Amino acid sequence: MAILINEQTRIIIQGFTGRIGTFHAQEMIDYGTNVVGGVTPGKGGQKHLGLPVFNTVREAVEQVGAEASIVFVPPAFAADSIMEAADAGIKYCVSITDGIPTQDMMTVKNFLRLFPERNRMMLTGPNCSGTISPGRAMLGIMPGHIYSRGVVGVVGRSGTLGYEAADQMRRLNIGISTSVGIGGDPIIGSSHRDVLQKLEEDPETKVTLMIGEIGGPMEVEAGLFAKENMSKPLVAYIAGLTAPPGRRMGHAGAIISSAGESAAEKVERLKELGVTICPTPSLMGETVAKVLAGL
Amino acid sequence: MDIHEYQAKEILAEYSIKLAEGGLAHTVEEAVQRSREIDGNVWVVKAQIHSGARGKAGGVKVCRTHEEIEVAAESLLGKKLVTHQTGPAGKLCSRLYIEAGTEIAREVYLAFMIDRSHERIVMVGSAQGGMDIETLAATNPDAIKKIHIEPAVGLQDFQARTMAFALGLEDALLNHAVRTIRGCYRAMRDLDANILEINPLVVTRNNELIALDAKMSFDENALFRRHRISELRDNSQIDPREIAAAEAGLSYVGLDGDIGCMINGAGLAMATMDMIKLAGGEPANFLDVGGGASAERTEKAFRLVLADSNVKAMLVNIFAGINRCDWIAEGVVQAVRNIGMTVPLVVRLSGTNVEEGRRIIADSGLPIITAETLADAAEKVVHARNQAAAAV
Repeated sequence: MAILINEQTRIIIQGFTGRIGTFHAQEMIDYGTNVVGGVTPGKGGQKHLGLPVFNTVREAVEQVGAEASIVFVPPAFAADSIMEAADAGIKYCVSITDGIPTQDMMTVKNFLRLFPERNRMMLTGPNCSGTISPGRAMLGIMPGHIYSRGVVGVVGRSGTLGYEAADQMRRLNIGISTSVGIGGDPIIGSSHRDVLQKLEEDPETKVTLMIGEIGGPMEVEAGLFAKENMSKPLVAYIAGLTAPPGRRMGHAGAIISSAGESAAEKVERLKELGVTICPTPSLMGETVAKVLAGL
Repeated sequence: MDIHEYQAKEILAEYSIKLAEGGLAHTVEEAVQRSREIDGNVWVVKAQIHSGARGKAGGVKVCRTHEEIEVAAESLLGKKLVTHQTGPAGKLCSRLYIEAGTEIAREVYLAFMIDRSHERIVMVGSAQGGMDIETLAATNPDAIKKIHIEPAVGLQDFQARTMAFALGLEDALLNHAVRTIRGCYRAMRDLDANILEINPLVVTRNNELIALDAKMSFDENALFRRHRISELRDNSQIDPREIAAAEAGLSYVGLDGDIGCMINGAGLAMATMDMIKLAGGEPANFLDVGGGASAERTEKAFRLVLADSNVKAMLVNIFAGINRCDWIAEGVVQAVRNIGMTVPLVVRLSGTNVEEGRRIIADSGLPIITAETLADAAEKVVHARNQAAAAV
């Protein structure tokens, strides 16, 4: 099963013919992902990497049945590309682009809410590493070889910290059903909670791992959701123990700006909610292993 | 990106927000000259630094004569002001804003900010102005009114009126209040601001509504389309290491510890710093080198970390995805050779081309300590730091 993408999902690349789009499209194809084409306005009708290029997302949906897209469009134009995907009937979109203005994302989220829920595109990112269902499909920029297929569902804000978790699990022979990077920006397409909901519904996923960080209420909201709605155990790590308040730690969203947003406070709240906490970032794999062994 | 009070006021004036008469001064003479140009017999000399709580730090002085202006200006210009927001190093005051004194009848609070969880702009107000809104939120949350604004339709007059009534403003001021509130919202939207705070917004004895202080902060990601705003940047208010980092495409935050860090990815950087702390050390900095770290960028990152004289040991932790371990390893070897590094260095590489990367480090013949895992890396760097400290 896995969530969001599998070996059948028909995927297009927005910003296909650019340098970055080309590089990662090739990586995704090499991984075995079912890439069916791409969109670059003004280059419709050409072939790129042996696949058709379309002028609009709608043409890609109509002509090759595109269901999911990945956005490599530069920040000034990325919000527009995401909304175009939603309008064309794409079901799932990953935005890799880093540096989209916050007010543009406000517009994007507002636009998405105009669609009735059953027709609404799911968006993850921006400023994320993408989504991978190991052994089936990769819609992102991660090193695919460090992920093995299995029963742990992963959601995290950070790219490389997600790689660290995948690597620790692989060393312990633990596989992943789907790993979703939701991104480090202040306004993002989907929250930890949104992804956990999908993982809860996925029969293949047995245990979930949330990799969070300082700033915002999102991790605690996910913990509340898990307590009330999830049958599967939730394991969590929160990065940023040493982060001082008021300083932005790289991610635009990683800033302790009000009470309850520090790593220590989030860990306390999550513990109260029955979430299993990874005491250190080097114990993400082992903590998951213990929870799996207890099933 | 933060701007100064006087810059925010210049912007707000264009959006029909009423202000006290004022002018900018870079020197004591200019300060006195400004006060001569402004009518009245009371003036306020305000230090222009990127921080709130300037009043408590002595950065706002009320003067009744031109001689007092001179003394006030002399005491502030060229000095560093320390507030609870600046950190112990303080911020340099090289500009003053001289403003006509205002007879205050009432002070209220008004602000606009991006509410992350609602994904909208929220307007925040309180009839209790002049004090720190964080303190008020903690002690008396009911005294704060919040109104979320639907981005597609924008702020409506009824919302502005609702806020004006919540601020306890008299009916006679209603139209003026609505105009002020709408102006703030338009400035926020037109200019990609993240925060616009007027604390206090005051009712004067003449029953006028004026913005006595103004703070604006802008979305760095939107500066590409806000050229006028990006020109307002004042680098004297920013840690020079952070400026150097930004120019090299690195994300850097200086901290108080003595273990320098170079890591790729913000989340992994925070996690690595946590591991250092858990192993008994203190990180000297946060540094994200980002994806595609070239040898040149790696060397710049090294120079930045080692420019901090507190650093007694350094840790490099790279999980290569888009990056490749062999490129990073070459960059590290080149940086160590070019800089003539004297503090111990621990390197942990993982991910794409890791074997090749480790071979380059081993073949370099440099005294680089290598580590396999995150925990191993943190323990080794703390151990190296302790040995280095003991040797001194």
